[in-house]
Amino acid sequence: MPEKPIKGEKRYFMTGNEVVAYAAVMANAEIMYGYPITPQNEIMHYWTRMAPKYGKEFLQTEDELSAGFTTVGGVLAGRRAFTATAGPGNTLMQEPISMAEAMRLPIVVVVQQRGGPSTATVIYSQQEVTLTTLGGNGEGFRVVYSTANHQELFDYTIKAFNTAWKYRFPTFVLGDGYQAKMRESLTMYDPEERGLKMVPTEAYVGKPGVPGIDRPPGQYRNTYNVEEEIHEVVQQYTKEFNAIAPEVAEYESFGTEDADLVIVSHGVVYRAVKEAVSELREAGMKVGYFRPITLRPLAEKELKEMAGRAKALLMAESSVGQMTRLVKEVIYGATADIHTLYKPGMGISAEDVAARVRSIL
Amino acid sequence: MSVQVAMPKSWRVDTKPHKFCPGCGHGLVLKAMGEAIDELGIQGKVVYGCDIGCSLLSWDLFNVDTIQTHHGRTTPVITGVKRANPQVIGIAYMGDGGGYAIGSQHLVNAAARNERITVILVNNTQYGMTGGQMAPTTMPGQKTETSPYGRDPEKTGYPTQGPEMVAAITREGAYVARATVAKPKQMKDFIKKALENQISGGGFSFVEVLSTCPTNWRTNAEDTWNFVEKEMPKYFKVGEIKVPETLHKEGK
Amino acid sequence: MAKAVKIVLAGEGGQGVQSVAEIIAEAANEEGREALYIPNFGVEQRGGVSVAFLQIGDQAVGSPKFNTADIVIALSERAVRRTSQYVGPDTVFVYDSGLQGIEDDIPKNARKVLAIPALQVASDELTPRVFNIIIMGAVVKATDVVTEDRAKDAIEKKLGYKFEKNPKLRDLNYKAIDRGAELVAALL
Repeated sequence: MPEKPIKGEKRYFMTGNEVVAYAAVMANAEIMYGYPITPQNEIMHYWTRMAPKYGKEFLQTEDELSAGFTTVGGVLAGRRAFTATAGPGNTLMQEPISMAEAMRLPIVVVVQQRGGPSTATVIYSQQEVTLTTLGGNGEGFRVVYSTANHQELFDYTIKAFNTAWKYRFPTFVLGDGYQAKMRESLTMYDPEERGLKMVPTEAYVGKPGVPGIDRPPGQYRNTYNVEEEIHEVVQQYTKEFNAIAPEVAEYESFGTEDADLVIVSHGVVYRAVKEAVSELREAGMKVGYFRPITLRPLAEKELKEMAGRAKALLMAESSVGQMTRLVKEVIYGATADIHTLYKPGMGISAEDVAARVRSIL
Repeated sequence: MSVQVAMPKSWRVDTKPHKFCPGCGHGLVLKAMGEAIDELGIQGKVVYGCDIGCSLLSWDLFNVDTIQTHHGRTTPVITGVKRANPQVIGIAYMGDGGGYAIGSQHLVNAAARNERITVILVNNTQYGMTGGQMAPTTMPGQKTETSPYGRDPEKTGYPTQGPEMVAAITREGAYVARATVAKPKQMKDFIKKALENQISGGGFSFVEVLSTCPTNWRTNAEDTWNFVEKEMPKYFKVGEIKVPETLHKEGK
Repeated sequence: MAKAVKIVLAGEGGQGVQSVAEIIAEAANEEGREALYIPNFGVEQRGGVSVAFLQIGDQAVGSPKFNTADIVIALSERAVRRTSQYVGPDTVFVYDSGLQGIEDDIPKNARKVLAIPALQVASDELTPRVFNIIIMGAVVKATDVVTEDRAKDAIEKKLGYKFEKNPKLRDLNYKAIDRGAELVAALL
């Protein structure tokens, strides 16, 4: 059995869903659980085509509740397990994810955002930011990477498994229908050939030895009897998450030092912003950008510094302000004017961004 | 009736006495399960999942690896574990609400896929943990907190026939039975077979156990046993429904 | 920074606009250029107008969809109406001269409007099945995003297995590319 589908580094031209399936195989993911929903279906399609060739498993479940909970089971068994979903499936998925948060289980979930609320469109949006970063009842902690292109889909899918298993927080790759369905080039590689070590997995249950004789039983719960117990657990998780946040948080920025206006965006919209900023700079306008790669945790220190310096901010996203809400909380107290370019459920082009900037400056 | 024998070896001594109410049937079912685990020598291989509801009180009852899951979701969690590591013996333990209401789609689909897991479902005709609401298994005329004048089958249907349903949707290799805490020897036999079937690589194994809840039934000892022994079997027929050829059928 | 060429191709389901866009995108990628192809998809793709968005340039492409195309090719009456939103003062608008009842729908703001008899050429000279390949030839000629030879290589890659069995198909497809290119060249 060949170990991996990719040897060396090679340029490919394919859809984002295909990229995710390859990345999962290259990250040594062992089992995928999933339920059909557009626009993530092809992740399952490509995974199931590769699975028997590389000793991987797949289970198609009865719904996303089951897809999430079987993924939880796979991780408890000590396997690099993942699932993928979108839209209404993401809503159902929040229940198993909250169990993963409560028990610090390193599940990996790929979300390809579609329009909402409800069934809406199967096409595209950035309307699953709130659900993906903050979904679930109570207060759980998770890491969310928002990708912008196929190279990042590949890189961050691999990274998601390592982040999850290193820190034991559920980890997300937040894409969208555009990234899922479009074709563009990227370079795929074997992470280990690049010296990127996959963080080893570890079984929670089904370890060698008889519990109570050779070892204590592994007993995991998410139910507590008294207020003090859950208070202590959440306090502890909060402390641990805050401690790792600075090393997990990632962002990109350009031209924010001298900018009259800094455009904040994430995911695929960042492509339009980058393109527009380059054009506007050529036209002599002092415009910069800040792009959070992790939507949770956000790069708080850098965001605060940037917003403290900037005269004005422009929030651009394909929703009515889901990213903006997260950012505003972090930059509270900054005096920069906040402008918005919200296109819920629709793509944002470089032309849209440039036109909005010209209307402000 | 008093059952006071030694604890199964696979029970965790330091978490006893267990947390169930006096007269609750869970202790009896879990004792039978513990003995079956002992007799089959699988303590080191079992991954035990318990649901939300009174079943969650068993999260540290055994000296086996245990996952306390969400309401209705024990079947998919154990399915996920078993699919990822087929070497383990997966047991999903739940109540009638967890199995037949909120988790019914998981039960149906795990059964239809013939998942190699063992599901033990305790039927005490109501939701115990939440204070005695009507369940899919509540008996016609039975008073609960949400059927205070008695369950009216015209409005809320008849008690769910779980094992019959599971038997109808599983194929060869499945083991399906209904036991009762009123017949402990038979109950242990059924649970043991449901585990043996998984060990030998058979199909889905399912045992519903008729059980007691004097707390929410508001019954004394005599009425409790009368209900489980006389009333419940009127709707819930005790016995084996589907037995793979590899396992001998009871009484043969 | 040289901007990417932005192309919108639209037609009825079955006219093959998506495969044309995909083949051109792959041909450009093979040449080491940066291509981004995204279909419209979703509920609309069932029984609606099929639209392909294609961008080809020398640097990483920006947003996957765009407001105004450099060239729009509309292959059905409905496609003409559906794609007028992507036309601006710098856009070349191409449509099939055989389309009926669209006179009022042809965009007035385009830089250039080209009517090409692709359907007619396909049925008279070649076969209706290579209609989309004629369109591919026209797109390649009008945009210069890849050479005609590279377009042929890309077709070979995609349909080579069919050509092995029936070499006449190869000639037919290559001719379709050439004819498509000629139709546009005559008007540019």
